[in-house]
Amino acid sequence: MSDVPKTDNRSHRQGIGEATQVVASLWFSVGKETLSVISLQAAKSHRNERIAVNVLRGAAVFVIFAIAVLIVYLAFEGTKTFSVDKFPVWKFLFSSDYDPGNNLGGSAVFITGTLLVTGFAIVVGGPFGIAVGVFLSEVAPARMAQILKPAIELLVGIPSVVYGWLGLTLLVPFLRTHTSSPSGFGLAAAGIVLSIMILPTVISLSEDAFRSLPVSLREGSMALGSTRWQMITGVLLPSASSGLTVALILGIARAIGEALAVQMVIGNSSQFPRGIFAPTASLTTEIVIDMGGAPQGSFQEHVLFSMALLLLLIAMALILLVRFALRGRG
Amino acid sequence: MIDVSPGSVDIREKLNAIHLNVFYGSFQAIKDASLKMAAKTVTALIGPSGCGKSTFLRALNRMHDLTPGARVEGEVTLDGQDIYAPDADPVVIRHRIGMVFQRPNPFPKTIYENVAYGPKIHGERDKATLDATVERSLRQAALWDEVKDRLNRSALDLSGGQQQRMCIARVLAVEPEVILMDEPASALDPIATSKIEDLIGELKKEFSVVIVTHSMQQAARISEYTAFFHLGEIIEFGTTTNIFTRPREKKTEDYITGRFG
Repeated sequence: MSDVPKTDNRSHRQGIGEATQVVASLWFSVGKETLSVISLQAAKSHRNERIAVNVLRGAAVFVIFAIAVLIVYLAFEGTKTFSVDKFPVWKFLFSSDYDPGNNLGGSAVFITGTLLVTGFAIVVGGPFGIAVGVFLSEVAPARMAQILKPAIELLVGIPSVVYGWLGLTLLVPFLRTHTSSPSGFGLAAAGIVLSIMILPTVISLSEDAFRSLPVSLREGSMALGSTRWQMITGVLLPSASSGLTVALILGIARAIGEALAVQMVIGNSSQFPRGIFAPTASLTTEIVIDMGGAPQGSFQEHVLFSMALLLLLIAMALILLVRFALRGRG
Repeated sequence: MIDVSPGSVDIREKLNAIHLNVFYGSFQAIKDASLKMAAKTVTALIGPSGCGKSTFLRALNRMHDLTPGARVEGEVTLDGQDIYAPDADPVVIRHRIGMVFQRPNPFPKTIYENVAYGPKIHGERDKATLDATVERSLRQAALWDEVKDRLNRSALDLSGGQQQRMCIARVLAVEPEVILMDEPASALDPIATSKIEDLIGELKKEFSVVIVTHSMQQAARISEYTAFFHLGEIIEFGTTTNIFTRPREKKTEDYITGRFG
């Protein structure tokens, strides 16, 4: 009984709809007469509880259903390349003969492109992001960190088309004039844009990883006469390794799935890049470019679905890796 | 008024706190505390919870530098030199004045790497020297026989008592002159506690030890000198025997006879 008044209070706060319900239930109670007011309120609060639980359960079931449909549909359509069109899986993965009009679906160029731009982004943006995370957690004055942290988290919310647009208007002309690249479009442009895009994720998560380390580790190191730099490299970095791994993996996940910004600067040429500044294409950019023109049920559409399926599998593998890395944290 | 005035106890001091005040923001945790800590002896700091004894201890190797909002006034001299002087380097000071904490704080590394960490950051690169230092420190901490076959296992796998002795070994490895201990046995069981106490008895032959303890029995067992803290002030200081048998202050007597605290 002790929680009844609390529940009742809450229902009063919920407004007119709830109020009419209360009136109705009181009227109902008068009609029944056998039940005391107290016990009827208890019953009502239990009914609310049941409704709430069912609403939440319904929401959860719907989401799980939607995700399941998505995965099953993608798996079904994505394997038609191999089941219906009899195109060998190994050719899809390792051949670069891509001419869907002539039933050639070798996607090695796009897979390579995805791996290269993502690798570029994580090699450049990863260490940089971790460095800023260390700075915010260990070096920056408290006031500065208080201002910078939300500012950086805000960057996550910038639409990718904005990053792509800035890449297109600032970075591509810069690369065109200052490098060997004739157009400026290419692997480097895409990699740099992605490096910047993953920074907020990596910074924010690696800062959290450092902040979650106990003060006792810092004190233990300082009490041995270490400098702050020795403490960071010798104790904090290795201690935060699982959290930093998560930061990097989620950075990779963000980079690998990005389509729009990459598509705007990568050059979209279905060939292996001949250098770091040469144009190429990735799984996401190829899907974006070709999906409009692919006839329904065609081989081309099937191949695009296969690429989408591959992206989904990579994303799933990354999430599993995160789980694995976090388990080490205990 | 109090027994800490210079000269009242004849001590050849290693560490000397002179009119020390410590503030957390506007709260004054230590009020005008002066204390001489002798070389190669154990000085115990006792008092009820919240009396400032840990705060005082942490002022002795500038650990408060790491606490935002903490401020220290006054002097602490190590062999006559003020560790709060503007040109004093806290890194050098903490090298010479080591600290063992209330809870064992092993780094998530191997036992070997934990103990070798200090010598390494102070520039020792030679593997043979490091090996020797690790063995010597672990022997001094009475842990060698228990861990010599698993030096490359994680320090986190050790028991609490072993972790604490390893943390002591880690401090010994940098060869400090003073070892500060903040209730080093309070998180340990009685057997581990008695091992730590035996160890402190050995350590004072070479090092100056200042230990904060909750347990008056422990202070009586291991220390030569005892300072009694209450509400941020040093109420009484003297030889441990005098403090426990002939306290001169009423508050000290009340505390050691268990009337408060």
